[in-house]
Amino acid sequence: MKTEPRIEDWVGRTLEAGEGEVVVEEGYIRPWLEATENANPLYWDERVQREITGGPIAPPSMLSVWMRPLNWRPGRVKARRPLELHFLLKEAFDLPEGVVTENEMTLHTPLRPGDHVRVQESIREIGPLRETNLGVGRKWIVDVTYTNQLGELVGVETYRMFGYKRRSEP
Amino acid sequence: MPGERLPTMEVPVTARMIVFGAAASRDWQPQHHDHTWAVERAGTRDIFLNTPTMAGWLERYLTDWTGPYGRLGRLTFKMRKPMCAGDTLVFDGVVEEISTGWVDVALTLTVGGEVATEGRARVAVPAREGENPWVRERWDP
Repeated sequence: MKTEPRIEDWVGRTLEAGEGEVVVEEGYIRPWLEATENANPLYWDERVQREITGGPIAPPSMLSVWMRPLNWRPGRVKARRPLELHFLLKEAFDLPEGVVTENEMTLHTPLRPGDHVRVQESIREIGPLRETNLGVGRKWIVDVTYTNQLGELVGVETYRMFGYKRRSEP
Repeated sequence: MPGERLPTMEVPVTARMIVFGAAASRDWQPQHHDHTWAVERAGTRDIFLNTPTMAGWLERYLTDWTGPYGRLGRLTFKMRKPMCAGDTLVFDGVVEEISTGWVDVALTLTVGGEVATEGRARVAVPAREGENPWVRERWDP
C-alpha cells in the first residue's frame, strides 16, 4: 500500500535543474518582441542600447524562456520537464492535474546575448488538502532561482500552484 | 502621482498570437496550440495565452508608459480566466505608490468587462534627472 508522503519531507527540498539548454541570443529575443508587439527602443535601437544598457539585453520578462528544456535532442529518450519539482510533487501526492495560480518574478542582473542561465528549484511551502471547484488538492509554492555564467543573480520566479485530482476521477 | 492611470491598451487575441507567444516562450504544452486537447482535456473554450507570454505583454504595457529607462523589478500576476482567440484584452494600470526611483503599479486585464488577469508591478524609473535605473548600484526590487 502506498503511504501518504509527509509534507515535512518535501518542504525545503531543492533541485539543481542545471544549465539552460539555449543561450541568450537575438534569435529568441526578436520573436518575443514580435509576439508581444513590443516597440521599446531599448530592444530595437542600437544607440539607445549603448546609452542605457551598454549594449543589447533580453527583455527581463523572458526569464523563464532560458530555462525551458529542449523538447528533443539527440539521445534524449525521456523529455526533461521544466519545473521538475512541481511534477515530482504531483506524482508524490497523487494529484494528476496542476495549475499555476500566481506567478511572481523578481528581476536582477539583465541577461545579454551570449549569456546562459543556471537554475535551482526549491519548495517553499505545501498547503493542507482542500476542496475547490476544480477538485481536491493542495497549494504549493516553488521558487526558481536563476544565475548567469558568472554566478550573478538574474532573477527569482515564484510559482504558486494548485495540484489536484478532478472530481470525476476515482 | 498615486492614483495616476496608465493609458488603456486594447489587444485583440488571435489564435496566431497565442501560438506565436507559446513558441517565442518555448512552451509546447498542448493547451497553447492544440484546440482539441484544450477543449477536451483542459476543458477550456479554446487554446489560451500562456503565462510567460502574459508576463511579456505586461512588461510591454508598462514600458510603453515608462519608456526605455523603465526597468522591471518585480511582477506578480494571477491569471483568473483563460484568454482565447476572439477575446479583446483591455489593459489598465493605476499607480499605487511612488518612492525614490520606484513606481508600484496595480494592473488589471479585463475581457468583456470581467477581470481575466490582475497583478502588481514594481518598476524602477530615474530617481532624478540623469539617473539610469539600469546601472543603479543599490538594486532592491
